[in-house]
Amino acid sequence: MAADLSSHPQPARRRVIEIILGGGLFASLASFLYPVLRYLVPPPVAELGGDQVTAGKIGELKPNSAKIFRFGSRPGLLIRSSDGNYRAFSATCTHLGCIVQYRGDLQEIWCACHNGVYDLNGRNVSGPPPRPLEVYEVHLRGDDVVVSLKREA
Amino acid sequence: MHTWQNDNSSRSLILPIVILCLCATGVRAQAPSTCLDCHGSLDPPLQITAAQFSQDIHAQKGLTCASCHGGDPAKADMDAMSKAAGFRGKIQRNQIPELCGHCHSDGTFMRKYNPSLRTDQLAQFKTSVHGKRFVQGDTKVAVCIDCHGVHDLRPASDPRSKISPLNVAQTCSRCHSDANYMRGYGIPTDQYANYNRSVHHEAMTARGDLSAPTCPTCHGNHGAAPPGVNSVKNVCANCHVFQAQMYDKSTHKAAFQFAGLPGCVVCHRNHDVSVPTDAKLGAGPEAVCMRCHRPGDRCDQARAKMLQDLTQLDSAIKTADRMLGIAEASGMEVSEARTEQDQARDSLTKARVTIHSFKTELVEENIQAGLTIAAKTQAEGQAALAERDRRRRGLGLSLGIILVVLIGLRLYIRQIENHSSKPGTAESHD
Amino acid sequence: MFAALRDWIDERFDWAALLAPLREKAVPTHRLSYWYFLGGITLFLFGIQVCTGILLLLYYRPSASEAFESVQYIMTRVQFGWLVRSIHSWAANLLIFTAFCHMFSVLFLGAYRKPRELTWMTGMLLLFLAMGFGFSGYLLPWNTLAFFATKVGTEITGQVPVIGHSLKVFLRGGEDVTGATLTRFFGFHVALLPGLTVVLILAHIALVQYFGMSVPPAVEARWKASPSEVRQMKFFPNFFLRELMAWYIALGVLGALAAILPWELGAKADPFAPAPAGIRPEWYFMFMFQSLKLIPARVWFVDGEVVGILFFGATGVAWLLLPFFNQSGGRRRRRLILGVGVFALSYILAMTIYAYMAK
Repeated sequence: MAADLSSHPQPARRRVIEIILGGGLFASLASFLYPVLRYLVPPPVAELGGDQVTAGKIGELKPNSAKIFRFGSRPGLLIRSSDGNYRAFSATCTHLGCIVQYRGDLQEIWCACHNGVYDLNGRNVSGPPPRPLEVYEVHLRGDDVVVSLKREA
Repeated sequence: MHTWQNDNSSRSLILPIVILCLCATGVRAQAPSTCLDCHGSLDPPLQITAAQFSQDIHAQKGLTCASCHGGDPAKADMDAMSKAAGFRGKIQRNQIPELCGHCHSDGTFMRKYNPSLRTDQLAQFKTSVHGKRFVQGDTKVAVCIDCHGVHDLRPASDPRSKISPLNVAQTCSRCHSDANYMRGYGIPTDQYANYNRSVHHEAMTARGDLSAPTCPTCHGNHGAAPPGVNSVKNVCANCHVFQAQMYDKSTHKAAFQFAGLPGCVVCHRNHDVSVPTDAKLGAGPEAVCMRCHRPGDRCDQARAKMLQDLTQLDSAIKTADRMLGIAEASGMEVSEARTEQDQARDSLTKARVTIHSFKTELVEENIQAGLTIAAKTQAEGQAALAERDRRRRGLGLSLGIILVVLIGLRLYIRQIENHSSKPGTAESHD
Repeated sequence: MFAALRDWIDERFDWAALLAPLREKAVPTHRLSYWYFLGGITLFLFGIQVCTGILLLLYYRPSASEAFESVQYIMTRVQFGWLVRSIHSWAANLLIFTAFCHMFSVLFLGAYRKPRELTWMTGMLLLFLAMGFGFSGYLLPWNTLAFFATKVGTEITGQVPVIGHSLKVFLRGGEDVTGATLTRFFGFHVALLPGLTVVLILAHIALVQYFGMSVPPAVEARWKASPSEVRQMKFFPNFFLRELMAWYIALGVLGALAAILPWELGAKADPFAPAPAGIRPEWYFMFMFQSLKLIPARVWFVDGEVVGILFFGATGVAWLLLPFFNQSGGRRRRRLILGVGVFALSYILAMTIYAYMAK
């Protein structure tokens, strides 16, 4: 192959090509590496949610009172009954989906939308609701009141 | 007729005996009853088939034709219908309530079959419009069998029953929508047609909500009568508690009572209760406030303010929804914001309920709470869209870099091969 | 500095001898040379899967109560988690697509011919493994569609005669699809299948290196007749640089797909909910799925589904042993195999399209 000036690029041109290629390769590797490195750093919120959530702290609720907490994307109702025990239910009324509330005066769970009533076991006792409320498990872990789904058999 | 009585051959006894035995074993929980043997093959109105009667709750509990009609069910043919055995034939209409009540008002008797059934139906009936007219001799009014059926009577929990919540309105309409039949009573006959347009009917049929109100829910069943003008609110309050409580504390209650107006029905109507839209607060054809109030007065202003607030919150929620929808369609994860939107919608519902207090401050409270949430979710939607744009810019940058690499490679290949860069034509180098 | 390093190695290993075959490796160039890229792209995509898979492993939790939430966490909370996950999902599909293309191109170009029978067989096994990766990986997010697709898929496996039920229980880790299935599929997906795949890839590549690149029969004949027409290019750097271009294009495509069409998450699987309408397996199983739907309920005295499964099973085995149908290398035989290949490809395409249109 004849070494022809026309077929061998000028040194300057060669340089340019090498810079483009080298620079491009380096930049591309950096653009791959940057997300990976950011990914490796654990996010500040380590809680995944999942089937378990900390609904509150011990002592936060007085006996015969309740609070609404977030369970994943659903609302939950945490009740501390007058005997001091904790109970937790899905706060979604089984009639038309309104959020239920705890009535300390009646010691019952009540839905304001159409006057549905559930007892402290979640059973629908009066009004339109056709089914009981979903019951959750409550555990006390240290300072936390932890609510989880009932374990599958 | 060829009967076993006038056939002297003993062989011919076999067939009727076999038939009798088959009848006795064929219908299970029943005592042997020969009535159906003949009545099953007669023409209507005397026709009662075994298939039909087996669906009847009384038959399933062990009662027979003789329990109501008397006679001797063990005997075959016409002997069964003997006056000596107490046969009553077809029960006269004016005897029906007492006949049914004979058992159904007897607590001791009913306890043997279903202890949780009520036993005051006959007493209730006597308080109803039907019952009162009945006592005066009107036989056109409904008696027990008109609603419950007679020989294929099913309990209310059976969806095929005439008095199941799904069907009872139609049962009432058999008389109450018949203009000819109802002539002379002075009440309208459009209730069923109206009810079928209502949101309560829709809840029952479209959403399958058996707790939705139907005729007996508001009028009672055995003691059926329209609730009095001042009691309408109490009836609605059984489900719509908050609205009733607010109405009670409002100025409208006293005003309507004074004017003899039927509470909730004034604005919401009774049978064709429709979904209340914000247009009710408006000034158009659906508007209810301006039917009584004067344009420009204090109440008109309050109405306008409430409508304005509701519309503001409604559109804020819709805007946020739209934004979240766009974000979601672009692949962003917005489930948390969606949950918060539910709370905003909750506030809007509460605000609409608060209208019944007729106080703008109370409505405003809920509106403000909702607006705060909607503003937050709108911001979250915008953040999601901003993040999406950031990603696209990042992608653009990476694609740009990749393009640079591709160009660089192409040029480099050309350079080392000293030919045009068509692949497949490069010669091997040393 | 590099010179010092090279000397250090040279004093211990015969570096030149190790690299010599690579230096000499040449790729034949002809009209159909472009098809040679497919194997490399498939390998590249597998590499991407391993890397993104390892990254996902840092946050994923393989239990029924946490799997869905952990993927949600990756998509929403982890920096660039959305990118890693979407690339993993897209590359999986692209990988199977290129693997199929690679297989069909090898078939049409006759590269399975003697002496490359083992290369073909290791390649077919790799294709099966790739589909196994797809099937097991699909379940891992534990969303509704995946749950029911797995249910249907393992149910069909249960229809295999004799061993079907045992196979189904083995796959599911029990009688039903439960959290145990998820754990098992996870084990398959990150340990068993990768182990087998790496071994087979090494074998496959070693065989390719050993035999060199195959040339289509027509070109081979032409070159045999006139050796001066032989054209080839060196693997390093010429072909490799071109391959690198193909890989960068693939990266660009993946990035664009991940950013503009992110892989969706769906809803968490609820085993007690009824199956939603329109569950179906991933696209690479659709042609089999649709075929099974078209077979009548009973064929002669045998259950229709069993007929379908046995047919596909037999076809798979026959495909694996394809080179042995033409050991003599006869032209007629070769044409027959080509015809079968064309039919198979058309069938797969037609069935897949039909399956999507019919939905």
